Amino acid sequence: MFYLLSTVILVFSVMTITTPKVLRSAVYLLFVLIATAGLYFLLNYEFLAAVQITLYAGGIVVLIIFSILLTSHISHKLARPAPWKLWSAAISLIVGIPLVLWIILNHTFQQSANEVPVDMKLIGTQLLGTGKNGYVLPFELISILLLASMIVAIVIAKKDKEDKQHN
Amino acid sequence: MIQGISIYHFLIVSSLMFFIGIAGFIIRQNLITILLSIELILNSVAINFLVFNRYLYPDQLQGHFFSLFIIGVAAAEASVAIALIINIYRRIHGINTDDVNEMKH
Repeated sequence: MFYLLSTVILVFSVMTITTPKVLRSAVYLLFVLIATAGLYFLLNYEFLAAVQITLYAGGIVVLIIFSILLTSHISHKLARPAPWKLWSAAISLIVGIPLVLWIILNHTFQQSANEVPVDMKLIGTQLLGTGKNGYVLPFELISILLLASMIVAIVIAKKDKEDKQHN
Repeated sequence: MIQGISIYHFLIVSSLMFFIGIAGFIIRQNLITILLSIELILNSVAINFLVFNRYLYPDQLQGHFFSLFIIGVAAAEASVAIALIINIYRRIHGINTDDVNEMKH
């Protein structure tokens, strides 16, 4: 199961960055995100997998598809990238991947075996706890961040008054 | 922990996904596809946090919460970026990176 999911992730992420059509690229990203949710299920984090499916695959991808439909034609094909961009991407891959894999494979991890089941009650008490292992401060911070980004998105995407008279 | 699958398998997959995202960030010219590459990068980092949580410290939930916050930040970032992209498209009728190399048009 792991090999199937990771093959889906890698193949569709390559197709996301190489396909010439923008809408197909977004749909391939959707497949990648759903396969990632499958990996989370495999790791026994059911709550996070549900969040991944609803927020990423349900929310962000729909938002991106909306913006694609608003900004570009459906049959519009992207131009091929410039050669110097291809070369710099290839160089960063050739340097980066072996370096990172070499570091990871040479490091021995101290694996721990005492596994505790993650239930919803534990997640809730730790996410809103103020004591040890409590995460109430980042929780409140991210709620303010989401509110601020919502207001910013409305203000930026709103039409100006002068524009309205012209259109 | 999964039988037969070590931590290295997950880390190899997530680092390959991270570099695919970086390559897409470099070679793409459309602003929306650049945003898609950023989503790939963030997703691979979230996988990393969860795998470290599950394999190294399975009695705690730190990596779990970090992934949760990464997903929240990604949602905020995507909404602001899409608002900016729509505003740019309204002004100059194009969202290629070569067209928007000036801040004020």
